Amino acid sequence: MKYESQRVAMPYFIFALVLFAGQIVFGLVMGLQYVVGDFLFPEIPFNVARMVHTNLLIVWLLFGFMGATYYLVPEEAQTELYSPLLAWILFWVFAVAGTLTILGYLFVDYATLADVTMNKLLPTMGREFLEQPTITKIGIALVVVGFLFNIMMTALRGRKTVVNIVLVTGLIGLAVLWLFSFYNPSNLTTDKYFWWFVVHLWVEGVWELIMGAILAYVLIKITGVDREVIEKWLYVIIAMALITGIIGTGHHFFWIGPPEYWLWLGSVFSALEPLPFFMMVLFAFTMINRRKRNHPNKVAALWAMGTAVMAFLGAGVWGFLHTLAPVNYYTHGSQITAAHGHMAFYGAYVMIVLTIISYAMPIMRGRPYGNSNTAQIVEMWGFWLMTISMVFITLFLTGAGILQIWLQRIPESGEALSFMATQDNIALFYWMRLVSGCFFMAGLVVYFGSFLIKGQASPADEARGPAMQDA
Amino acid sequence: MSYLILQPEPETKARQLPGDLAVWIFIFAELAVFGIMFIGFAVARSLDPATFHAGREVLHPWTGLLNTFALITASYLVATAVHELRHGRSGAQWRLWLAVAVSCIYTAGKLYEYVHLYSLGYNLGTDTFFMFYFFLTFFHFMHVILGQVILIVLAVKVGNGDYDGSDMNGMESGASYWHMVDLVWLVLFPMIYVLA
Repeated sequence: MKYESQRVAMPYFIFALVLFAGQIVFGLVMGLQYVVGDFLFPEIPFNVARMVHTNLLIVWLLFGFMGATYYLVPEEAQTELYSPLLAWILFWVFAVAGTLTILGYLFVDYATLADVTMNKLLPTMGREFLEQPTITKIGIALVVVGFLFNIMMTALRGRKTVVNIVLVTGLIGLAVLWLFSFYNPSNLTTDKYFWWFVVHLWVEGVWELIMGAILAYVLIKITGVDREVIEKWLYVIIAMALITGIIGTGHHFFWIGPPEYWLWLGSVFSALEPLPFFMMVLFAFTMINRRKRNHPNKVAALWAMGTAVMAFLGAGVWGFLHTLAPVNYYTHGSQITAAHGHMAFYGAYVMIVLTIISYAMPIMRGRPYGNSNTAQIVEMWGFWLMTISMVFITLFLTGAGILQIWLQRIPESGEALSFMATQDNIALFYWMRLVSGCFFMAGLVVYFGSFLIKGQASPADEARGPAMQDA
Repeated sequence: MSYLILQPEPETKARQLPGDLAVWIFIFAELAVFGIMFIGFAVARSLDPATFHAGREVLHPWTGLLNTFALITASYLVATAVHELRHGRSGAQWRLWLAVAVSCIYTAGKLYEYVHLYSLGYNLGTDTFFMFYFFLTFFHFMHVILGQVILIVLAVKVGNGDYDGSDMNGMESGASYWHMVDLVWLVLFPMIYVLA
């Protein structure tokens, strides 16, 4: 660690991982509720568990992005962070507000929560993923503005690198697009139209910039490849992400009321959205093959390659499966969507945060060359258990989705099964998904276990030839 | 197992890709976007030829032809500017500025068409033909604007003496992008104005 203030990333990473564990617990609760409908009812109804599962994901990823930013921006800019104190204050504000919101979901019924938080003054609640009380939304906006101020003051007074520029651009986009969450028109079509400006333009727009920048930073560090080469790749990747992703928003506008031309624009542009993800795969593997050093932190390289591949599969391939309008006519809102959502979020955003944690955490813990070999092997077990489990979760949900479409969507009305009758017919897939989810949880426990193993890698490991290929 | 015998370097210098590989990847991605839209256009036209025929009747083929000449002329000037710079001659800068000026004929012509069609009540939502017409040509229009910005940057850099012909990477990359924009129009013009 070159600058002492980078250490402020540590609480962000730790809290992110705690929330990650919470997210998985609620995922398992819901996985069981899919097949045992009254499990934990009325204490934790399905809709509450779902809200907690998705909101925890968003919040912990934001913690992860912030931690990553606090870690890498000072090092790229070659200067201390503008205000570590502000970073600490914002950490506690965000952590307390986030925790209170989740507790509010769990212990107060949603209508009361809306009343207590005075949603009536500026109604923004009640929309998928944006369920947070208005006051929490304002809190998130303030935390992000303070965070951006701190980061930009740091970036502007130091060395300007492409990684920092792309990362900060992505974060500014994240903040600006969040403002659409405060716009809640009463017309359902316009509401959904702008709702996607937050949801889609985050995950298929500006978050890709953040992901690309973090990936580029880790690759610079572990491969020693020239910055110029890596920056050029980054530019091309983000240009492609924005060209395809922005108009690609149209794939959400197919059946909700906007004009028909979105069928064409959404289909064509989102059909090309896999391209930037495919380029990230080429990017990660080419850089690691052309590495000029063998960084002893091999597991960080594994995460970097893993995130590129899984993001391409989850976001790229599984997204493409149902993005063309004639296909989406049948698959819209089916379990195919759930399959895509799970693998895309895990591959692109969970894994990129775990990549930077895998690289930065040992350094912040005083292990500049990475964790000991044993700890790395345990972490690799965690990697494979979680990743393979996620592949199975995705495959089982895809199977459930295909059967669902076959029974519920394709037959003429009158012959088609109802939604709930269809669910009974695809229960076997849900059971298998639940088993895969348990393995995912086991992988997470193993991953956490790797943090408890003492010892560190030595610089001598670097000299031992091209060992990284084993990773 | 196979054995490789290393051949001595051939006498003539191997042909190199003009410009940067990254720009070429970008160009291929752009061409892929346009290519898919062209296929979509062809499919939609075969499904509903009457709408496409009626739509074409309203367009201004002479403006389209004028725009084609403007873009081809600009491309010629850009290509010769690259040639000038490569041989260390001084004619690159004015050619680039002239290319920008000539390409403005295109932007003016296109804006005239948009204003005219819009005043007649045509827009993106009129029918499938006009959806393709407005979207494809406007998407291309935005590329021309970006291309003009790139040409201006190149002209300024040549003027400042930043490029001396020893490193052609920046100049060739910008020129390659401009030719891509031109190439797309050469497909777009006959497809929309003539064949539809």
